[in-house]
Amino acid sequence: MQLNGNIPEGSLAEKWTRYRSTVSLVAPNNKMRIEVIVVGSGLAGASAAASLGELGYKVKCFTYHDSPRRAHSIAAQGGINAAKNYRNDGDSVYRLFYDTIKGGDYRSREANVYRLAEVSAAIIDQAVAQGVPFAREYGGLLDNRSFGGVQVSRTFYARGQTGQQLLLGAYQALSRQIALGAVEMFNRHEMLDVVLADGKARGIIARNLVTGELERHGAHAVVLATGGYGNVFYLSTNAMNCNVTAAWRAVRKGALMANPCFTQIHPTCIPVSGDYQSKLTLMSESLRNDGRVWVPKKQEDAQAIRESRKTALEIAEEDRDYFLERRYPAFGNLVPRDVASRAAKTACDEGLGVAPTGLAVYLDFAAAIERYGRSKANTLGIHNPDHATIIRLGEEVVSEKYGNLFEMYEKITGENPYKMPMKIYPAVHYTMGGLWVDYNLETNIPGLFATGECNFSDHGANRLGASALMQGLADGYFVLPYTIGNFLSNDIRTPKIDPNQQAFLDAEKQTQERIDKLMNLGGKQSIESFHRRLGRIMWDYCGMSRNAEGLQKARGMILELREEFYRDAFVPGSAKDFNPELEKALRVADYFEMGELMILDALNREESCGGHFREEFQDEGGEAQRDDQQYAYVAAWEYKGWEEEPVLHREDLVFENVELKTRSYK
Amino acid sequence: MKLTLKIWRQGGEYKKGQFVNYQLDQVSEHMSFLEMLDVLNEQLISQGKEPVAFEHDCREGICGACSMVINGHAHGPLQGTTACQLHMRFFRDGQTVTIEPFRAKSFPVIKDLVVDRSAFDRIIQAGGYVSVGTGQAQDANAIPVEKDQSSMAFDAAACIGCGACVAACPNASAMLFVSAKVSHLALLPQGKVEAKKRVLNMVRHMDLEGFGNCSNVTACEAECPKGISVDNIARMNREYLSSVFASDED
Ligand SMILES: Cc1cc2nc3c(=O)[nH]c(=O)nc-3n(C[C@H](O)[C@H](O)[C@H](O)COP(=O)(O)OP(=O)(O)OC[C@H]3O[C@@H](n4cnc5c(N)ncnc54)[C@H](O)[C@@H]3O)c2cc1C
Ligand code: SF4
Ligand code: FES
Repeated sequence: MQLNGNIPEGSLAEKWTRYRSTVSLVAPNNKMRIEVIVVGSGLAGASAAASLGELGYKVKCFTYHDSPRRAHSIAAQGGINAAKNYRNDGDSVYRLFYDTIKGGDYRSREANVYRLAEVSAAIIDQAVAQGVPFAREYGGLLDNRSFGGVQVSRTFYARGQTGQQLLLGAYQALSRQIALGAVEMFNRHEMLDVVLADGKARGIIARNLVTGELERHGAHAVVLATGGYGNVFYLSTNAMNCNVTAAWRAVRKGALMANPCFTQIHPTCIPVSGDYQSKLTLMSESLRNDGRVWVPKKQEDAQAIRESRKTALEIAEEDRDYFLERRYPAFGNLVPRDVASRAAKTACDEGLGVAPTGLAVYLDFAAAIERYGRSKANTLGIHNPDHATIIRLGEEVVSEKYGNLFEMYEKITGENPYKMPMKIYPAVHYTMGGLWVDYNLETNIPGLFATGECNFSDHGANRLGASALMQGLADGYFVLPYTIGNFLSNDIRTPKIDPNQQAFLDAEKQTQERIDKLMNLGGKQSIESFHRRLGRIMWDYCGMSRNAEGLQKARGMILELREEFYRDAFVPGSAKDFNPELEKALRVADYFEMGELMILDALNREESCGGHFREEFQDEGGEAQRDDQQYAYVAAWEYKGWEEEPVLHREDLVFENVELKTRSYK
Repeated sequence: MKLTLKIWRQGGEYKKGQFVNYQLDQVSEHMSFLEMLDVLNEQLISQGKEPVAFEHDCREGICGACSMVINGHAHGPLQGTTACQLHMRFFRDGQTVTIEPFRAKSFPVIKDLVVDRSAFDRIIQAGGYVSVGTGQAQDANAIPVEKDQSSMAFDAAACIGCGACVAACPNASAMLFVSAKVSHLALLPQGKVEAKKRVLNMVRHMDLEGFGNCSNVTACEAECPKGISVDNIARMNREYLSSVFASDED
């Protein structure tokens, strides 16, 4: 298969403008007759459904949640990037583009990333117009903060709830279209298959989660905005119900899965506390603006802390190793996520971890509290403030910036992070891999589009903080509404898609068989227990660092576990009823297949880049070694059948504007 | 610790429900409340029984999915905390914990602890937005917004749409939820333009959905996990009255 990215001609800066001015359009009178299915109502889905509805298409939007407002995007904390250059600190479209390409370790497509940077500013305008209450300064203008891997301040934020506010903006825009009748909303509906007719995506099979009925829905095109697959690891910062089923079912129908092994491990999460643990909680990257990461220099101190004989406060300044500041003086605590995560792991591997499990490092705000306290005292005209006043004022400033995160931390751990440094450890957070799409965000199946975290397109091997919200909204508001016209303009004579044609009946029947099979497994073990075990294998062998031997072993383990699953899992209840266990079973079944593919991809990529760290490929200093000669390509995998080896297709990445360099944050 | 759980089980909207008692032996104080329910469900599944259905997703207090009344309080006894963020260290060994769904006419039970809160979506559809299409926006910094004003709007916008206010209210009124959205948008210049129409439409729809009247009990504020203030209700009432008069003049 020849993969064509369909990148428009012209210089980097001209491509999108030229494309937009020349792309085929669908006339308003035709739009009324053209139906589009959008699966997902997160930032990517809600923004797309609302915008397509505004354009006049007939849209059907699906979500498994009880309301579009509950999509996982709601949980995003820290912020959203945009090249506004409001701070006059040298930001520009080019710089955002360059930072993203470099942050992604040169494994993304130049043209897509440039377009993302280009439309970023309009996202902020749109959100503000919708009433998103971004943080402001005293003059009433928008405030910014910094995120990892960049040296400008371009992140817009709404306290620690940026995702919530942006999603509510998109949800409200969507609600308006629902009220106008332009979008028909299907809550509590889970898509279980895409339907292809004449080689084009023409609809979906969805299960009504309340009644358990299967439904056939036809449309001229299908957009998947179904989020990431981080929960293949079981423990992650993703919401409990995030899953890969929509994307995987597309793969089963011939769509390619690109760079599945590129997963992001976020450095600052609350560490695991027990084996009942169901998910991990992120502490936003924005905290690294002010928090300093450290471990004790001496193993005996670390051990004393682990055994509760000492606390962090008893470790003298000279006995602390601020390892990010030491190893990466130029970026310090604000190195990109992959770099920060590996450094924390290294410190813990050396026996310096500070939680009873040995798996935690400190994130310390004492210095920031003191600094802010002094500055606040100064503005208040308090001369020679005493220590208590400084700390009180400093805590107030820190609370204003990160209050809700500190509160969340205290709720979960029972410790007060104003007084005692936070304990943090890396956790699975985001998946850069996803469905392969071209410049139009169209998969290799005509008429099947993928947007947001569910595609692979913009973040290469590592995503920069605050760029996922940007990408989801860029795709939904400003890219897809144009690019989908490219496909639909050839379909203006296609009548309404009949969901009773054979292709739909076949797909429904196959879905029913899948469900029946799971309902009749008749074993003893819960679905959750299999998911936990699968996650453990993935984390141990395909997590923060990987090697060929471990990956081979993991593949065998997954196949064995999958066999055990089909022999001994148990789904209680009935398929014709509200049944969360059946929902889980369908998802976990797909995770086995996705997990195996991630391992194959990680084995294939014999280099270290971004979030993909192969132990065999590192320099003496432990830094990742990329191999641009051999691996500057997108690995897009084609599913060939149960127990068949998937086939690798390559899309070579051509860099015409940036020079490939070793990523250095030193 | 050991707990006795008294949980509402109901097969569906039109089926009869009842409390069922369960014993749970090894509850760790570090577990979250929902993790405790996970452990119960694992136990039920291992006995071949149907687990307790409950709604949840983010488990960090932001998506608004989790919804249950714990020992008589929506989201449980701890103020400013969703059920998913409640930890077992707030319970005692040997305690009996009663768990039931959010109860309100406008929130029919789907199964066990899961209720249908789509009435909230329909209220938002009635006007809880700014009518601005994609691409119509001007530069984000074109209209300065006073920091405190914007901060107040944020406080109202922090509502997670969980419905605890309705469950807590003896009249099952949705005033806190509706007033939070009305306030959020009315406090910002971007939302001001449509403020009058918005409040009329949203309140009308709230009534249509069968939510009760507000009689100033303020139980909603006490049990709201996000600290949404009843000041929003007062603000909405003012907006509403001035809109009614304005529309009378038309
Ligand atoms: C804790 C946390 C904090 C984060 N903070 C930030 C941040 O500060 N800045 C940033 O840029 N990024 C952040 N991210 C990443 C970012 O939030 C996500 O990548 C992004 O929101 C994904 O949006 P999406 O629209 O692609 O998918 P989602 O928001 O995950 O939405 C997926 C949608 O698809 C639906 N769906 C999925 N499968 C099906 C199916 N089979 N049938 C029907 N519906 C389906 C779901 O119901 C949902 O509506 C954070 C992520 C996490 C986990
Ligand atoms: S006002 Fe409070 S209780 Fe009511 S829905 Fe919003 S967050 Fe929940
Ligand atoms: S599960 Fe999301 S708020 Fe409780």
